[in-house]
Amino acid sequence: MFDAAAPFQHRQSAHCESGVVSNLLTHHGLPMSEAMAFGISASLTFAYMPMIKMAGMPVIAYRMFPGSIIRGVEKRLGMKWARRRFSDPRAGAAALDEEVRAGRPVGLQTCIYWLPYFPEEMRFHFNSHNIVVYGRDGEDYLISDPVFEETTRCDGPALTRARFAKGDMAAKGHMYYPTELPSSVDYERVIKSAIRWNYKTMNGPVPIAGIRGIRFLGRNIVKVSQGAEAEKMLPLYLGHIVRMQEEIGTGGAGFRFLYASFLQEAGKLLNNDRLLEASKAFTDAGDEWRRFALNATKMCRGRAKMDVKALDAQLNHVADREQEMWALLRGL
Amino acid sequence: MKKDEVPQDPSQIHAGIRKLLYAVDEKGEYGGVQSTGWEVENYVTLAAVDELKRQAEAALVRAKAGKASTLEYHMYARRMDLATLSATTGIWKWRVARHLKPDVFPKLSADLHERYAFVMGITIEELRGLPDNV
Repeated sequence: MFDAAAPFQHRQSAHCESGVVSNLLTHHGLPMSEAMAFGISASLTFAYMPMIKMAGMPVIAYRMFPGSIIRGVEKRLGMKWARRRFSDPRAGAAALDEEVRAGRPVGLQTCIYWLPYFPEEMRFHFNSHNIVVYGRDGEDYLISDPVFEETTRCDGPALTRARFAKGDMAAKGHMYYPTELPSSVDYERVIKSAIRWNYKTMNGPVPIAGIRGIRFLGRNIVKVSQGAEAEKMLPLYLGHIVRMQEEIGTGGAGFRFLYASFLQEAGKLLNNDRLLEASKAFTDAGDEWRRFALNATKMCRGRAKMDVKALDAQLNHVADREQEMWALLRGL
Repeated sequence: MKKDEVPQDPSQIHAGIRKLLYAVDEKGEYGGVQSTGWEVENYVTLAAVDELKRQAEAALVRAKAGKASTLEYHMYARRMDLATLSATTGIWKWRVARHLKPDVFPKLSADLHERYAFVMGITIEELRGLPDNV
């Protein structure tokens, strides 16, 4: 099923993990778009997690935990990944060389901070960046980093460093590639089961997750504005929210446009008008997220009067849009 | 978002790299669109980077005045905080916090200095010293 002679196709993606997964599956003979990989892994979510801090700020997640696309695709497609982690960096580097010699492109989990080809201002300590290594040229590994336009290169010591950076969500050299792929995929079943799962996670009873979580975030902005050092904290807090939503890798509006693209592709594939309608509704929700980001940033910059009640109301509006969209998919 | 609404603002953070966004064309068909950047994202990212730089500069001033250890400056200069430094070295937070004190840090074993220097990607000499300016 995999042809060592076939050149690896680099396709730019919005998000690293869905990009690596769809590119590897495509290379191994199961053509798949990034949006489809994201959708069928049911990785869309919203969660406000005050208990997990990143640089002193609560984590706001628009997608499930790192690794969920890899695992979600495996579960729903009935395929298998070979996945290895290593306690010894040398063993990890040797295992990579073995795959490169065999001509097999592999996915790697890395820490962005140690990847030398990243622009300086984008380098943060984040341990779950996914890339593909598809070859070697002298001391350099040939890298297909899906969030970049073109392929790039990375020297061996830097790559090992990035694979074995310690800390939260440490990669431990995580290396993966598909081994078993299904001969045919029942997309009707796979897509519907993924959407039903997502329906449950977005409409659940937990106050900080799903649609309720979006409303919770709005209330919390008001709360921060009443807290200690609000003048200093509020702009930092709003900036943090916007960054989590719009930073590289979300495809815009915290994965909402990527998911709407999935719904459209699924609707066409299955000739299902409900999915096409849901895609439009979710695009509207994404647009509302973008307007929220714009307004919040204007207030941070002093170009508009700080009005936390307005931001709260806008997030409730976002939540309403998302709720309407999921109502269209109820009982699919 | 429509394809012609995808922002193409100059970005200082992307260093010329265009990222992929998803948007619809005039027929409502989804597809990827490359974007040079969005002013909104640019602003909030630079604000976050500035906040880290501000922390590093404040730590440098404290360290030069002997009110903080050189470790505190290098921690912020490497875009880390206490939690990240603790997680990457495997040293408990309360110990790291203690090591940020100016009278404690110089007396630590070379072994501990090496652990800190390694996760920051700098030499022990660099870790024990301070730059003239940020």
